[in-house]
Amino acid sequence: MREAQRGERFEPSMLNAFHISALATLDWPGIRLRPEQGSTIAESVDHLHFFLTGLTLFFTFLIFLTIIYFAIKYRRRSENEQVPETKTYLPLELTWTLIPSALCIFIFMWSSSLYFRNSRAPNASMEIFVIGKQWMWQLQHPEGPREINALHVPINVPVKLTMTSEDVIHGFYIPAFRIKRDVLPGRYSTIWFQATQLGTYHLFCSQYCGAEHSGMIGWVYVMSPTDYALWLAGGSKGESMADTGARLFTQYGCNTCHKPDGTGKGPSLVGLFGKRQPLKDGRTLTVDETFIRQAITNPNSMPLTNYSPVMPTFQGQLNEEQILDLMAYVKSLGAQERTAK
Amino acid sequence: MSTAVVEVPARSEVNYLNANYGIRSWLFTKDHKRIALLYLASITFMFFVGGAAAVLMRLHLITPEGTLVQPATYNKLFTIHGVVMVFFFMIPSIPAVLGNFLVPMMIGAKDLAFPRLNLLSWYIYIVGAMFTLYAILAGGVDTGWTFYTPYSSTYSNSHVIATALGVFITGFSSILTGLNFIVTIHKMRAPGLTWFRMPLFLWSIYATSVIFILGTPVIAITIVLVFLERVLHVGIFDPKLGGDPLLFQHLFWFYSHPAVYIMVLPGMGVVSELIACFSRKRIFGYSFVAFSSLAIAVIGFLVWGHHMFVAGQSVYASLIFSLLSFLVAIPSAIKVFNWTATLYKGSISYQAPMLYALGFIGLFTMGGLTGLFLASLATDVHLSGTYFIVAHFHYIMVGGAVMAYMGGIHFWWPKITGRMYPDAWARFAALLIFVGFNLTFFPQFMLGYLGMPRRYATYPAEFQVLNVMSSAGASILAIGYLIPLIYFIWSIRYGPIAGPNPWRAKGLEWETPSPPPPDNFDVTPIVTEEAYNYAGAPPIAAAGGANV
Repeated sequence: MREAQRGERFEPSMLNAFHISALATLDWPGIRLRPEQGSTIAESVDHLHFFLTGLTLFFTFLIFLTIIYFAIKYRRRSENEQVPETKTYLPLELTWTLIPSALCIFIFMWSSSLYFRNSRAPNASMEIFVIGKQWMWQLQHPEGPREINALHVPINVPVKLTMTSEDVIHGFYIPAFRIKRDVLPGRYSTIWFQATQLGTYHLFCSQYCGAEHSGMIGWVYVMSPTDYALWLAGGSKGESMADTGARLFTQYGCNTCHKPDGTGKGPSLVGLFGKRQPLKDGRTLTVDETFIRQAITNPNSMPLTNYSPVMPTFQGQLNEEQILDLMAYVKSLGAQERTAK
Repeated sequence: MSTAVVEVPARSEVNYLNANYGIRSWLFTKDHKRIALLYLASITFMFFVGGAAAVLMRLHLITPEGTLVQPATYNKLFTIHGVVMVFFFMIPSIPAVLGNFLVPMMIGAKDLAFPRLNLLSWYIYIVGAMFTLYAILAGGVDTGWTFYTPYSSTYSNSHVIATALGVFITGFSSILTGLNFIVTIHKMRAPGLTWFRMPLFLWSIYATSVIFILGTPVIAITIVLVFLERVLHVGIFDPKLGGDPLLFQHLFWFYSHPAVYIMVLPGMGVVSELIACFSRKRIFGYSFVAFSSLAIAVIGFLVWGHHMFVAGQSVYASLIFSLLSFLVAIPSAIKVFNWTATLYKGSISYQAPMLYALGFIGLFTMGGLTGLFLASLATDVHLSGTYFIVAHFHYIMVGGAVMAYMGGIHFWWPKITGRMYPDAWARFAALLIFVGFNLTFFPQFMLGYLGMPRRYATYPAEFQVLNVMSSAGASILAIGYLIPLIYFIWSIRYGPIAGPNPWRAKGLEWETPSPPPPDNFDVTPIVTEEAYNYAGAPPIAAAGGANV
């Protein structure tokens, strides 16, 4: 693995000077050694990966070579050989306890800071919604277009995915972006990326989900902003998610209680998204995606102060897609208020 | 260890094998040595069941679209492979076979503390294995060995309950075996055998037994909960019934991560014995190696969350589990360095057991170091759920634990049967296993880094070259495992007589005839020295007439 040997000489201080792209030429014929780097975080994750590869090779060779050296030097020459007694030598024990400990703490800090930095999506992220179901990915853009096993995104724009599953646990994985997150039923998980290279990348399901698990794959298309705008316009035949949500809001009678002026049996939803909401049981929760989902599917679990718990559950009546549409509608109510002010 | 036994006859007139005959004398035996052999036969059978599934999987993966079976069948193959290998081969392997045979002999006792309980453990294992084999024959199970909910509790249409019951039942076998070992080691050591004179094998079996007792009940409870949800529709894990799917993962890994140490700790114990014997040295840093076993057993209970970095646990929980996972790497590193240092100024010879032991150190080192990639949060996000994980844990489980098990079987085979196997064939097989293993699993590190997810019946064409390499390696590995089966069976009848101590090894088990008499020792041995006192051994011992 020539690639990895480069990594052995790796110092964190050299990271910026180190051009990973040069390694692409080192791939063996027929075998890639490095996945494509398609996102802002890919390179920094690879730096850590190469450092760890170097460390692994260094210690593996250290142990192998020491064993081989001892094995030859101290091979048994006669059955009568007497061996000297070697006593445990505390400084040596401490050396090989403390050096690995220090290395571990160094790697922990490096990897954790990287992870921590990458764990939160930038505020200005574009939003896309993902629903996993046996055995396909359904992706939904707020503007309306809906895709199956394909995701079109613009380059150089942070994209936040809000994901849920209709059935079992799936895993949303784009190797070229170095991102992965399990997609669970009954809750939202989020993940984000910012693509840096135009192109087409694999989308895999990374959590075993049943018979056609290996068929639950698709492609991510990273497009220029103009192409993306064209694609959105071409794909957007119907209404936006918020429009669909507004229609559902009336269709399911939500509007009879949740009146915009707050005079209904339920609270007004105008400007609600993102606010802190006190509950009867003493908790105070931020109204986010999870909050709204829970309020729709299991309203009794979150009794509001000042309101009687009369809302029926919509579990089983609305599918995940419709819940996301309603959410988009509630979010749009918040946006309206803010723009109105 | 010098003992009261001065002269050991080459062969005992009455030994545990010829003391009585007939199928009943085996099925109702209370002799720990015979029970060890019952386990040996059962787990060897299960090993080849699980191995056959692996061979079919690797054949299937030679082409991207899959050559052999439908995806649904492939899913059943990897589930069978995982369930059988983890619960019915790896976990009982060293403890139930070598542990059963050696624990009483190494401490100078006649048997384990509870011989009837020991036999019961084997029957429980067999009943569990029957349930799982029934599930396989009835059409298989497709949840993966991890049984993740809600797939296993609601969605899978395969034989989840029969398989899970098999795992549930066999767990009691582990618990009872662990209990037996702990009591035996505490109460039945020969006079003079203090804790710090014990062979390191006993320390590691002791640490393993603690995990058996503390961890196994948790998997039993978890399986009961899956049963309640799947059969009675009590909402526990499925959100549609009001449950929490991550709760299952917490419970499952709370057992199954320590279970990894159940598999590898006994291997570490075996390797300590082999390195000491074939370099004729006391293990360097004896107490460090002993305490690192206990440290691994304790910290191993606190790292389960590293299986869930991308599953949806909080960022802060992930940070803590990451730190603890790095912590558990350190005692393993200490062991590796101490084994290597043991070779220094030794008198090293290279019979088959030693080749396995050295192979263990190298492969375990690689398995351990690649674990750092997965303890690191940023790289784990990319690598989890890919072939990198598969490669990593096979380096630990197969490169580590199975190599140690093979080394141990080769080392104590002359004690168990009184016969030698052909050493040249054994060395050849060890080499074949080493080469085949690396060819199978090293390409999988690369596949995982490139992004190929595990448990895929079909895959994009760009991954084919590495998959073909891996399949080629697997076929070499399969042959490597078949050769010992042949020469071991051959040796029972035709092997040269081994004598009591063909390796000139230290340890009480070598101070009694091979095969040992039914009560192990004619006179209770008295221990007067530390373990591995090779420096104080007489210049040349009677090497029992073996061609070694």
